[in-house]
Amino acid sequence: MTIHSTRRHLLGTLGAGGLALGAAACGGSDPFEEEGAAGASDAGGGSAGIVIGSQAYYSNEIIAELFAQVLEAEGYTVERQYQIGQREVYIPELESGALSLLPDYLGNLLQHYDPDAESASPEEIHAALGEALPEGLRVLDFAAASDQDSYTTTSDFAAEHSLTTIGDLAGVEEDLTIAANSEFEVRPYGPEGAKEIYGVDVSVVPVEDSGGPLTVQALLDGDVQLADIYTADPAIAENDLVVLEDPESMILPQNVVPVVTDAIDEGAEAAIGTVLSALSADDLVELNRRSVVDQASSADIASDWLSEKGLV
Amino acid sequence: MTSFLEALAWLGDPAHWSGPSGIPIRTAEHLGYTVLGVLVAALIAVPLGLYAGHTGRLASLSLALAGAARALPTLGLVTLFALLLGIGLGAPLLAFVILAIPSLLAGTIAAVQSADPATVDAARAQGMTETQILARVEIPLGMPLLIGGVRGATVQVVATAMLAAYVGNGGLGRYIFLGLGARDYPQMLAGSLLIIALALVLDLSLLLLQRLTAPRGVRAA
Repeated sequence: MTIHSTRRHLLGTLGAGGLALGAAACGGSDPFEEEGAAGASDAGGGSAGIVIGSQAYYSNEIIAELFAQVLEAEGYTVERQYQIGQREVYIPELESGALSLLPDYLGNLLQHYDPDAESASPEEIHAALGEALPEGLRVLDFAAASDQDSYTTTSDFAAEHSLTTIGDLAGVEEDLTIAANSEFEVRPYGPEGAKEIYGVDVSVVPVEDSGGPLTVQALLDGDVQLADIYTADPAIAENDLVVLEDPESMILPQNVVPVVTDAIDEGAEAAIGTVLSALSADDLVELNRRSVVDQASSADIASDWLSEKGLV
Repeated sequence: MTSFLEALAWLGDPAHWSGPSGIPIRTAEHLGYTVLGVLVAALIAVPLGLYAGHTGRLASLSLALAGAARALPTLGLVTLFALLLGIGLGAPLLAFVILAIPSLLAGTIAAVQSADPATVDAARAQGMTETQILARVEIPLGMPLLIGGVRGATVQVVATAMLAAYVGNGGLGRYIFLGLGARDYPQMLAGSLLIIALALVLDLSLLLLQRLTAPRGVRAA
């Protein structure tokens, strides 16, 4: 408990400091630099240490590496702390300032702070995040690339029942099952949401590998008609799967969005912004494919992509 | 501590004790997977162990293989088998059988070999056939050790049977995976407590059985 309240206190101090510096985002509040270098690490210097984290998810690490390399090209010193696990672990690290940047996803990040948050457009979620994040943390712009839950089926099944949207499932006669992690059952876009918004009855077959190979296999084997596969997964194209459209925005948008502390100054924000505006949905799938299929390292994947796009 | 109390409150909620995903059904499923896994493993390991223990042939080889099998990560096996067999009970059951065999095999071999060689010789001198020696001397004398093998296997499988829920089955693992995924930690802890309780009940019952099967005058257990 003592550690916790100390952290709160530190956060409060940082927040107050941030306010005093005013709206112009300066890089002075990195707690590692706090003692002596606060003044020296102002935007112009560009040498403030930036600690970049990533989730324990290969795709997230690749995105983190894109930011790391583009920042290094701008002359920033970057420390990498990848594969940190879940939000419960890394959010406190960001709040304490031990991490200064981590690529997150719009909807899930908002739900971390507001579990009752309802689905909305990416722009609305982004605006809501501005309100929900604690002082000292902010989100930068979001990328077109997203990695979100989906109602995905095989191209055969889609053709047989002429499916393009989730709502089209209402016309399918047979009982529908979806392979997904068990929490899908209680998500707003789970069976209840599908019933309420699209009038579709579907029951969950829990397969706990987060849309991984077992989930894909269950769909291909015909054990289920649908699967929750993350939209940036290269397995979708590889197995010729069809992601059913969601015209009512039932599923939370999960566009890539960096969550940062005040250690990210204007120059760093601009550098990260070049990656964000270039990163399309197809780009993210291709980056993931290079990791899953070609087994390339995240550093190689990132540097190839950045030079291809002319960003470094 | 708060989450522990919340987990107890979760367990006390009558809503969680009824329906197809209620505690009685999930516990029964969990127990079913455990019994099935240990039973299939016993059908393989006990005859092999009796043969190896009685004849001395294959004993060190089977013990070495069983020892090596203990090192296999069960989640890895479940994933691997599920990719081959598809989701359902087949893949986790196969993994549980592999998990249960080492304890059963070691227990059976030790049980047969625990009989005093002088006693075995005496039985042979009285004209007993090898099968009679095994059935009337070695197995009864070693029964507590054999049950000990069953006990070890059962506790391991009951503690691991939550992995059945990883590939579309039921059991108490459902509470753990759902609690983990939905950040409902009281539910996750409640699932764990139920598995712990089930493991203790099985362990103590088999311990009792071990005591009861010990031949008079022998305290092998």
